[in-house]
Amino acid sequence: MCSGDKEERLIKIIIPGPLTTVQDAGRTGYMAQGFPVCGAADADSMEIGNILVGNAPDTAVLEITLGGFAAEFLSDSVVAVTGADAPFFINGVPLERYRAYPLKKRDYIYVGPVKSGCRIYLCVSGGISTEPFMGSRSTFLKIGMGGYKGRKLMPGDMLPMGYVPKMPKKLGSRSVVPPEFSSTVTLRATVGPQDNMFSPEEIDKFFSSEYTVTPASDRMGIRLDGPFLNSLNGTDIISDGIACGSVQIPSDGKPIILCADRQTTGGYAKPVTVISADMPKAGQLVPGNKVRFVRVTQEEAYKAAIERSRYIKKLSKKLHRL
Amino acid sequence: MNDYRINNCGDTAFSVEFYGGITPETNQLVRQLWGQLEKYKGSWLVDAAPSFCSALIVFDPVRIKPEKVKAKLEKICDSLCGGEVKIFEKRTFIIPVCYGEEFGEDLEEVAHINSLTPKEVVEIHSGTDYYIYMLGFLPGFPYLGGLDSRIATPRLVSPRTKIPAGSVGIGGNQTGIYPLVSPGGWRLIGKTPVRPYDAERVPAVLYNAGDYIRFVPIDKAEFERIDRLCEKGEYECAVEIKKKD
Repeated sequence: MCSGDKEERLIKIIIPGPLTTVQDAGRTGYMAQGFPVCGAADADSMEIGNILVGNAPDTAVLEITLGGFAAEFLSDSVVAVTGADAPFFINGVPLERYRAYPLKKRDYIYVGPVKSGCRIYLCVSGGISTEPFMGSRSTFLKIGMGGYKGRKLMPGDMLPMGYVPKMPKKLGSRSVVPPEFSSTVTLRATVGPQDNMFSPEEIDKFFSSEYTVTPASDRMGIRLDGPFLNSLNGTDIISDGIACGSVQIPSDGKPIILCADRQTTGGYAKPVTVISADMPKAGQLVPGNKVRFVRVTQEEAYKAAIERSRYIKKLSKKLHRL
Repeated sequence: MNDYRINNCGDTAFSVEFYGGITPETNQLVRQLWGQLEKYKGSWLVDAAPSFCSALIVFDPVRIKPEKVKAKLEKICDSLCGGEVKIFEKRTFIIPVCYGEEFGEDLEEVAHINSLTPKEVVEIHSGTDYYIYMLGFLPGFPYLGGLDSRIATPRLVSPRTKIPAGSVGIGGNQTGIYPLVSPGGWRLIGKTPVRPYDAERVPAVLYNAGDYIRFVPIDKAEFERIDRLCEKGEYECAVEIKKKD
């Protein structure tokens, strides 16, 4: 694989599972034209997996929802499986998540059903190299754009992997301790942008209640069941832009955390916003999980974003030196 | 004198909200703020979503101190709100539309509900320039202002599951074009052969917020002729540009 040959490097999908798509860091810069950002729902797992296989953190990967995925590698590669806790095998041999492994041509990878968490990331050296669309390889399913033919993967699909100029060294030491995905999750959130449409007591209620993730959740939004929020005067607003993580309260009062595939604009109030450092955790929620929100200040939220970025940079540096 | 406020949207965005409601003047403040920020694209400005009276400004808190972003926004907005709103030019996209029959199944009903003839609905609908307040919902979906109240029509009780791309509809007091196949509850009065969104074209979306749209009635033969040209990527949508001041 490290030779200069430009032979196409391919992965053949055998069993795609319920929903597997190509994702990267998302399609930023086009919200003004109405293009949703998309991108990996759990950016932490994508970035760590990429670093393990020697890629830049935002390289395109496969996002496998709920597991039950099998593929055959038609070229040599290095892989790492990150994200949700699911058994993972190469040629039938059970292996560790969050560790880089070399793969040979004709090797067969299988990811079983998830035990906890929602999304598994299959990261390959060189990345998934489908044609970028408007600067990103992320799939936007709703209108069939980006990724692999704008759709979820099907049996028989052949996915190209990028050219690798240099094989990552010392594979044995390329690993990190996998995080745990609990069924009860705490997400930090700041107040705003439309908290003024709710009484302080209602906002307090939001932060002191437990919510349950409902089956209607997807890459667009995590829909929650629990105490609904009463607005002062309705939740309709003049449509405005939606930041990632904003919690929308529609007329029924049931909160929705707006995620990667969210629409660019919307007409419902958003009293609180989950901080960017905790959105990867939100991306691993499955129906039935319990969610609590903890109020943090703007300063604490900024600090968390910087700490997260430092961790990724440090890991990148450490593994780069190997 | 206009006024504004800046709202926190988590740790990666601010929303700048101008007071004044849905008017082209307030929207011009949004446009001009966006225009002045474009130079920061590629550095700290990650994305921006201008809407009716506000702009979501997405930044990377790792690359710039958020208070610096806020200070920049305040400086620009203070100056915008202190001065007069200048509109430099009016760009109008001429969108040919084949009204009625299989192109606009609900035209008869829209006419009936408003006690007009279909011909009158077409005359009223194509007799105005519509201001594009914002794009959203779908790539290239324009939120237009200026629909004549004589042809405002309630949305369908049960939305259609599949509306063909290019459909022109009326929903309440709004009108617009569906740039892509989509479900929707607006009443369809016609269809344009022009592609408001084309993945193969640069830019993929024909118009921008702040531009105007004028619908011009065409017949079936003309629709088919333009449609063939669009298919081959050889149709150039007419744009009228009027300089102001």
